[in-house]
Amino acid sequence: MTDSLATWLYAVTAAPEGGAPPQGLTGVADEPVRLVEKAGLAAVVGSVPLEEFDEDALRGHLEDLEWLERTARAHHRVINGVARQGQVIPLRFATLYHDDDRVRAMLQERREDFAATLRRVAGRTEWGVKAYVDPRSFLPDPDEPAGGEDSPGTAYLLRRRAQRQDQETAHLRATERAEEIHASLAALAVATAAHPPQDTALAAYEGWMVLNNSYLVPDGLTEEFTALVTALGERYLAFTLEVSGPWPPYSFTAPPKREGQEGQEGQEGEARPKEAPS
Amino acid sequence: MTRAIERREVALVDLLDRVLAGGVVIAGEITLTIADIDLVRISLRALIASVRVENEEEERGGREGVRHDG
Repeated sequence: MTDSLATWLYAVTAAPEGGAPPQGLTGVADEPVRLVEKAGLAAVVGSVPLEEFDEDALRGHLEDLEWLERTARAHHRVINGVARQGQVIPLRFATLYHDDDRVRAMLQERREDFAATLRRVAGRTEWGVKAYVDPRSFLPDPDEPAGGEDSPGTAYLLRRRAQRQDQETAHLRATERAEEIHASLAALAVATAAHPPQDTALAAYEGWMVLNNSYLVPDGLTEEFTALVTALGERYLAFTLEVSGPWPPYSFTAPPKREGQEGQEGQEGEARPKEAPS
Repeated sequence: MTRAIERREVALVDLLDRVLAGGVVIAGEITLTIADIDLVRISLRALIASVRVENEEEERGGREGVRHDG
């Protein structure tokens, strides 16, 4: 029976007092979601058919946008549902074990890590903020058109070079302002994480995305934080700010990096969870 | 109409930023190799492919790009 099933992990939580499984949640294979408990922790899991979720099948599915969207949303829906009942540690998409016993062994082995992470995210919520600009707002004032002495070829090249320099200047100006926005937001957060800018085509925006960050905000400061985003949008008129959330703490569950220890290709090479000085 | 589609797409990329790139990374027993691979990069190929199809359809129904010679 278990030959054809595997255990998909959604999240880890503190073991609930009553040991009650989440009610009515279904997962990536429409399977009912249940709890596997060990060491004071509970893994939120589902049994999924191996033929659709083993490594080879997954590799193929990940290239299929419809499958990916449906499955990513299902994964998120479960984590979100569990988050409503208490603090969760979301697991990376596509974490699969052969059976529940292996999950228990994993919980036992990593209980210290999980407990520390639960303490770190308790009473805090992830918010995403993106900022876009229209590059034209940051371009230097156009200079006098170049005199007519140069040959057309030279004039063309000079113009091209000037344009490129203007673009660089504009980008620098925009990122400097974006850093100011980030600094204001970070003041209300206990940790921040930077995601790479999203592809223009995928995210359907024009111009430059100069901020795509996550902020771990104490629950007591939620209103202040969203109000600050609005206020910053009014202060920095050249920016379009977009806030998303609340999210389960997806971007803040990696163990904090120790100083001088770079290691593990730093999550997209970009995401840099860092604790704010207290 | 486009706006609605855009909205949905934006939400999806925000979700992928987190679901595929975030969360605790524990190499599962069944997905050892996949866990090592940048999941976002895998999925972006699919996303880009789908966006291209949409754009091509849009172009077929509408304007053509300006063409420069030389």
